[in-house]
Amino acid sequence: MREVINNIISLYKSDKTRLMDMLLDIQEKFNYIPDNAIDTLVEKLDLPKVHILETISFYHFLTLKNTGKYTIYLNDSVSAYMSGRKEVAETFEKEIGIKFNSVTNDGLIGLFDTSCIGMSDQEPAALINNKVFTNLTIAKVKEIVKNIKDGKDINSLMKANLGNGKNSSKLIQSMVNNNIRVIKSILSDEYIPGSALMKIIEQERDEVINEIENSELRGHGGAGFPTDLKWKFTAKTPEGKRYIFCNADEGEPGTFKDRVILTERPELMFEGMATCGYAINSDEGVLYLRHEYKYLKKYLENVLNKMRKRNLLGKDILGQKGFNFDIRIQLGGGAYVCGEETALLESTKGNRGEPRYKPPFPAVKGYLDKPTVINNVETLCSVVKILNKGNYWFKKMGTEESRGTKLLSISGDCEKPGVYEIKWGITINEMLHMAGAEDVQAVQVSGPSGNCISPSQFNNQIRYSDLGTGGSMVIIGKHRDLLKDVVMNYTNFFIGESCGSCVPCRNLIVIYRNTLQKVIDGKGVQADLDNMLEWEKVMKMNRCGLGQTSSNPIVTTLKNFPELYENKIIEDSDLIPTFDISKAIQEYCDATGRKPIIEE
Amino acid sequence: MKDKFKIIIDGKELPARHGQTILEIANNNGIYIPTLCNFEGLKPQASCRICSVKVNGRPMTACTTTVSPGMEIENDTPEMNELRKIIVETMFVTGNHFCPSCEKSGNCELQALAYRFKMDVPRFPYSFSKRDIDASNPKIMIDHNRCIKCKRCARGIKTDDGKDLFAFKNRGEKIEISIDNELAKNISDEKAQEAMDICPVGAIIKKERGFIDPIGTRKYDNKPIGSKVKEVQ
Amino acid sequence: MSKPIVATTALAGCFGCHMSLLDIDDRILQLVELVDFNKSPINDIKTFTKKCDIGIIEGGVANTENYKVLKEFRKNCKILISLGECAIMGGLPAMRNGKDSIESCLKEAYQDSPSTINKNNIMPNDEELPMILDKVYPCHEVVKIDYFLPGCPPRADLIWDALVALLNGKEIDPEYKTYKFD
Repeated sequence: MREVINNIISLYKSDKTRLMDMLLDIQEKFNYIPDNAIDTLVEKLDLPKVHILETISFYHFLTLKNTGKYTIYLNDSVSAYMSGRKEVAETFEKEIGIKFNSVTNDGLIGLFDTSCIGMSDQEPAALINNKVFTNLTIAKVKEIVKNIKDGKDINSLMKANLGNGKNSSKLIQSMVNNNIRVIKSILSDEYIPGSALMKIIEQERDEVINEIENSELRGHGGAGFPTDLKWKFTAKTPEGKRYIFCNADEGEPGTFKDRVILTERPELMFEGMATCGYAINSDEGVLYLRHEYKYLKKYLENVLNKMRKRNLLGKDILGQKGFNFDIRIQLGGGAYVCGEETALLESTKGNRGEPRYKPPFPAVKGYLDKPTVINNVETLCSVVKILNKGNYWFKKMGTEESRGTKLLSISGDCEKPGVYEIKWGITINEMLHMAGAEDVQAVQVSGPSGNCISPSQFNNQIRYSDLGTGGSMVIIGKHRDLLKDVVMNYTNFFIGESCGSCVPCRNLIVIYRNTLQKVIDGKGVQADLDNMLEWEKVMKMNRCGLGQTSSNPIVTTLKNFPELYENKIIEDSDLIPTFDISKAIQEYCDATGRKPIIEE
Repeated sequence: MKDKFKIIIDGKELPARHGQTILEIANNNGIYIPTLCNFEGLKPQASCRICSVKVNGRPMTACTTTVSPGMEIENDTPEMNELRKIIVETMFVTGNHFCPSCEKSGNCELQALAYRFKMDVPRFPYSFSKRDIDASNPKIMIDHNRCIKCKRCARGIKTDDGKDLFAFKNRGEKIEISIDNELAKNISDEKAQEAMDICPVGAIIKKERGFIDPIGTRKYDNKPIGSKVKEVQ
Repeated sequence: MSKPIVATTALAGCFGCHMSLLDIDDRILQLVELVDFNKSPINDIKTFTKKCDIGIIEGGVANTENYKVLKEFRKNCKILISLGECAIMGGLPAMRNGKDSIESCLKEAYQDSPSTINKNNIMPNDEELPMILDKVYPCHEVVKIDYFLPGCPPRADLIWDALVALLNGKEIDPEYKTYKFD
């Protein structure tokens, strides 16, 4: 084994900042990270052992115990449950003969829960040895488990059901479907790789940034920060090494639009990175790819190779002396919080994905302490479109403060889930109509960290000044139990994905969950509802966006659906409703064989 | 840019220079801003959020925020103290903080903050979570029941040759402090004491040395935490 | 005007809080001038004979007997005070919470401990015995509690000052030195 580990270490030139890659490779090789592998890393990289353990234990897909020859991660997000996750999960347990989050005695199969894997439009879905299995049914699960037990190759299990578009290409071979419903700009096929680069090499760097400034492009990740400003801040730093990161860590439950771009328009995104490289004078880009999309890695690497061959990447790009830019792919380890830009950078350095405090902002002090631009996948695609077609074309679309188009990932209770490229400014009602949704109780705008809105708000517009969004739209039908099926799931998601650094995000959100459970159990009182609104102020004291918004599922439904809560609460009384004497004595009666008689 | 300027904390105009943090300025001027994960000499990490103040209406941590002209800061206000108290209370119910049996009682910063904020009982239900005690090391005992994950030990305690002894393990509510027991086997008595002293609570205890100070003479027996800041002035 | 009536009890506690109450020394004479005692171990009145103004609870709720008594106190007292760490957070008895099952506690107490002589391995299960609860509950997680006086035990001065404040209809404003959790 030592030799294997040594080879992995030398593959990354014993560079301790590439710890993530080494750990991921070791995990891939052994299905866990053996203790002596850690010792070898300690020795070769001169890193403290506790540091390596600290990193490993942070990431969902890095483990200290063997996850099985066949490792199954079944998504447990809201969209999955809406599509029959419960039955599928039960079938997995029954057919394999183990409970979730355990491994069979013979080490053959491991079964685990996992947060949203970006397949909300084709749930229930699972990752099996990093391959995606979509639209699972009881029958399909039985077949999969049978084939696994027969020792069949995982790729052979999908052959008959390959997805559309590039999903069926040789290097992807996945069951995933694109479900592209509406095309406006980014997803249109009128794009020739290299077209923007060809144009900008005729221009000064400033001109490129000015064009982006004039387009009024804002970041598509959700926060909507002006893209040109990020670039300018970085460009203004003293000469030297600068980095460009593309954030493809779309972990917000219900979002999957970046997956479609990565599958169908990767050249567009990479060209966007190179364009930014030219504009801010940087020669190195990193695509931070969420671990759940590992099945795309080979394909994307091939795309990069092709672009290098065509001199769209590499040295003296398109013959322009001194325009050097190349890109590598950094795989994540399974952590929602790494979508936060400083956490993403920490993760790339081999650390825990804990957001750090700002300032300094990454534009000034980012990856390896160098100035770094971090843009969303979709943003970088828009950059190329703007440079190709001009800022006037771009600005004509959308609204005054939200220019251009936006990709929406629509899932949940609707006829046509999938990716919709819309112009900013359409109403929720228009969106629901497009998606074929009827009898809608609520729409989760921008995922759990966003806003759960009620029908009275369906005339509001999708735009930064009204309903801003990173693109996740989960439609919740009238037949759903909003608190139990949606709010509780999302709250548990945040508990599981908190990095645990800030106290309110680590502690108070658990208290939120317990209070919500109390209300659902019919034991809550008015004070519980008042408190949950009040505690939001404490959540806003967290360091990062995740922490500040993790009470949103509860707080926004409390505000937008107060009756759901008010119908469940009871009158205050002298006896505390959560105390249940018959439950409290059950264990004693079981232990002693006494009858549970309570003297009142 | 002019190097010297004024900022306002709780209505008081105070001299400030670029590069200083809000906390530094407060401490220099006899204004107490409560802290917990902060420790003199360590790089601040702003994870406990106790030192949050409102800077022109927005919550920011005093230990990491550097000052700039025009800052108006709310610190000792009923609202901020109430929010801080909530944070302290979440810590009391999330771990198991049974003060009467704790060697650090009277010298504990978490307890002292609870005294200062007059916490009689946390407003949240106790979790009574299952946490371990690791007494395998010959010099120190780690009591996870009391750990508040401030990471002061991880940031401040190294072996004599500069290696890390402590770090985090896991994430979110499952986070805990881990110790490299191999390295820690050979630490000196002084190092063990240093580890105990850097811990704001009783999660790191130097063995064979409990309850040294009689009640009435301990750090926070007679004066609230933060009293020193005012004395300095 | 009749004097306010006080009742006290010790649930799962060590009686240390009651000892601390007696620690108010000669002020005990003032106290009997100020109030009458009803059900309390201090005067050995076993059952409530009238409604009380103040009920003082020491100890947490560890068994069905504690539960019964606490409910009775809530019913018969206008104001309830949790006195000391055990009443407030379960205290020492609550160190079993979340860690040991009832079965392992009983085994340790009645069968396995080195000092036990129990030839027939009998687990006490007489119907007269109170049943042990799954965990030791802080009083306010069972019934509503109005005031909390921390300490292990609470300082005598804290108890005195709090009672005097309540009897005069004032808010309890404890002195820093008397307000401790240990």
